[in-house]
Amino acid sequence: MTGAASDQSVLLDLKAVSQTFHSKRGALPAVRDVSLSVGRGEVLCLVGESGCGKTTTARMAAGLAKPVAGSVEFEGADIWQLGKRERVAYRKAVQFIHQDPYASLNPIRTVYATLAAPLRKHGLAGSRKDAWEQAAALLARVEMTPAANFLNKYPHQLSGGQRQRVAVARALALGPRLIVADEATSMLDVSIRVGVLRMLSKLRQELDVGFVFITHDLAIARHFGTGGRIAVMYLGRVVEHGRTEDVIGDPQHPYTKALLSAVPDLAPGPRRDPGLRGVDIPDLAALPSGCTFHPRCPLYVPGTCDAVEPELLEAAGREVACHVVAGQADAAPADDTREKTGGGV
Amino acid sequence: MPVLSVRDLRIGYRSGGRLVEAVRGVDFDLYPNEALALVGESGSGKSTLGLGLLRLLPRTGQITGGEVRYRAPGGDQVEATDYDVLSLEGTRLRRFRWSEAAMVFQGAMNAFNPVLRIGEQFADTMRAHAPEGRLGREDIRERAGDCLRSVRLEPGQVLGSYPHELSGGMRQRALIALAMVLEPRVLILDEPTTALDLLTQRAIVDMLQELRAERGFAMIFISHDLALASELADRVATMYAGRIIESGTADDLFREPRHPYTAGLIGAVPTVHGGALEPVSIPGAPPDLARLPAGCSFASRCSYAVDECRTTDPGLLMVTDRPAGETSHEAACLRWEAVRMPAMALQDEEAGK
Repeated sequence: MTGAASDQSVLLDLKAVSQTFHSKRGALPAVRDVSLSVGRGEVLCLVGESGCGKTTTARMAAGLAKPVAGSVEFEGADIWQLGKRERVAYRKAVQFIHQDPYASLNPIRTVYATLAAPLRKHGLAGSRKDAWEQAAALLARVEMTPAANFLNKYPHQLSGGQRQRVAVARALALGPRLIVADEATSMLDVSIRVGVLRMLSKLRQELDVGFVFITHDLAIARHFGTGGRIAVMYLGRVVEHGRTEDVIGDPQHPYTKALLSAVPDLAPGPRRDPGLRGVDIPDLAALPSGCTFHPRCPLYVPGTCDAVEPELLEAAGREVACHVVAGQADAAPADDTREKTGGGV
Repeated sequence: MPVLSVRDLRIGYRSGGRLVEAVRGVDFDLYPNEALALVGESGSGKSTLGLGLLRLLPRTGQITGGEVRYRAPGGDQVEATDYDVLSLEGTRLRRFRWSEAAMVFQGAMNAFNPVLRIGEQFADTMRAHAPEGRLGREDIRERAGDCLRSVRLEPGQVLGSYPHELSGGMRQRALIALAMVLEPRVLILDEPTTALDLLTQRAIVDMLQELRAERGFAMIFISHDLALASELADRVATMYAGRIIESGTADDLFREPRHPYTAGLIGAVPTVHGGALEPVSIPGAPPDLARLPAGCSFASRCSYAVDECRTTDPGLLMVTDRPAGETSHEAACLRWEAVRMPAMALQDEEAGK
């Protein structure tokens, strides 16, 4: 069972969504046929390299971009078919946190003004005093206390970590049920990054908020996604999807394996050469045939991998899109398909 | 003998009519064929230091003191070299850059001229910086091709391309090739893989290790990424608020850090392999360089700090019995003997309760 716990608790459901951009070089299929869901209070990490479609997927999940195919449902309703009132409710329920708090916070607004704006716009604060008290409570939620020290400050007077906390506080102002965070900690210095992550984890538990958490950093995904799920994306598709512990601890897809073995790590561990056949990631405008990973894949089987695009299938308790892994699953137990196909053992 | 010896280097930036020191008295030696990592967070002075070594500071920056001594042994027809880089001017400075020491920056897009083909940029660089300056077209093609192949690029494809026609990873490798083309003895790399994807980063890091072994240059690797530094470097120096606060072999520094900031940084990094200790962030934020506190600049964030730390800046202290040199371990902390990794310190605390 790799989907969200049960239908009742599903918050967000991406059903076979695709997104295509158009450039001078032609159509860029940024996301192709991605189906993922997030439950209440659950975390789903989207990981992958640049151009894998994780940010585009996140933008569709947050209703910031409309898929060209497939649908996005929030609490059972297609978000692009909502009436006016439901649309406002959806906008309050789903919040997006950007990578760069410097860019996302208005530099001429104080912290108070930033936090009070959504409260007042949605009629959640009656008076200035009320707005002030709610803003202070939001700052306490993101561990910026005493709030009075921060409410009158401007973004440039805050550290990077504090700015990102304010961005989180603003996202919390409308009582969201789902937060979509795009590389929310990647611009922060190492020494403060885990503090912000821990704060986000605490909010998830205390407020029962679901998270779609986008990161290129597998260690961050392992840490923040503990108890949740990870979807590994490559060139617009999900190639592996399962419980965080399974995907990080026992990766199945050769791309996930390559990524994990490429992570520089302070913890001493056996490092295996991923054995990739190519260094450079292919161009979205000219996707390889069959499995798009085949030109780099160490398990490449000519005639199969370059001919047919693999489906995302159940394997080893998660979903994997790989012909070789699927073959292994059928012929289990198998140690190394390459050698078996090569010389009849 | 070190190829580069930096002594009491000070670099400031003019800001609002005053000079704020971003590098506040840095000493280190770089030995031939050694990889030294300078690690630190934003504002620690690591990039300023790198730029200062090659005298490539922006207009507002200024070297205010110290010495950067460059040494090269003599050969059959070459005299031994020994000079202070800070005293070089004009042609001699230009020759030092690139043919003795070259730098690779983070954003390869900005390092290349966007309207010139890569091949022309190789030719320009070689003509402008080569000691003899008389290089034939064939020479240039051959040497450029050689360097490009060593970073796994196809010269026929790359030399005729404009920078924007290459992917980020290819551009960054082309830039490393360009930095190596005059066979410098020192290569300074400032976050060379930060903007790149994991698999590309891994390929470049592995390539750099091979190239260093093959070509024998010394390398200064500037990075915020401790794990990457631990893999790539023989020696590591941690920077904080414009100073080196700890330096030692990569093993010493990452297994037995003796400065609370280094230990804190290591403890703050989540890992993917092995049983993860819970990462712990460092409280507070780095000090404002324009208003530095008295004593140790880390004291306000430090759980080990005692009163003396707020009045005395200890400078680097020897923390091993090994002699000064390539294997010494130094830390600028009065309480270095007490320093432990944060997660272990927490465990001890809990066990004690």
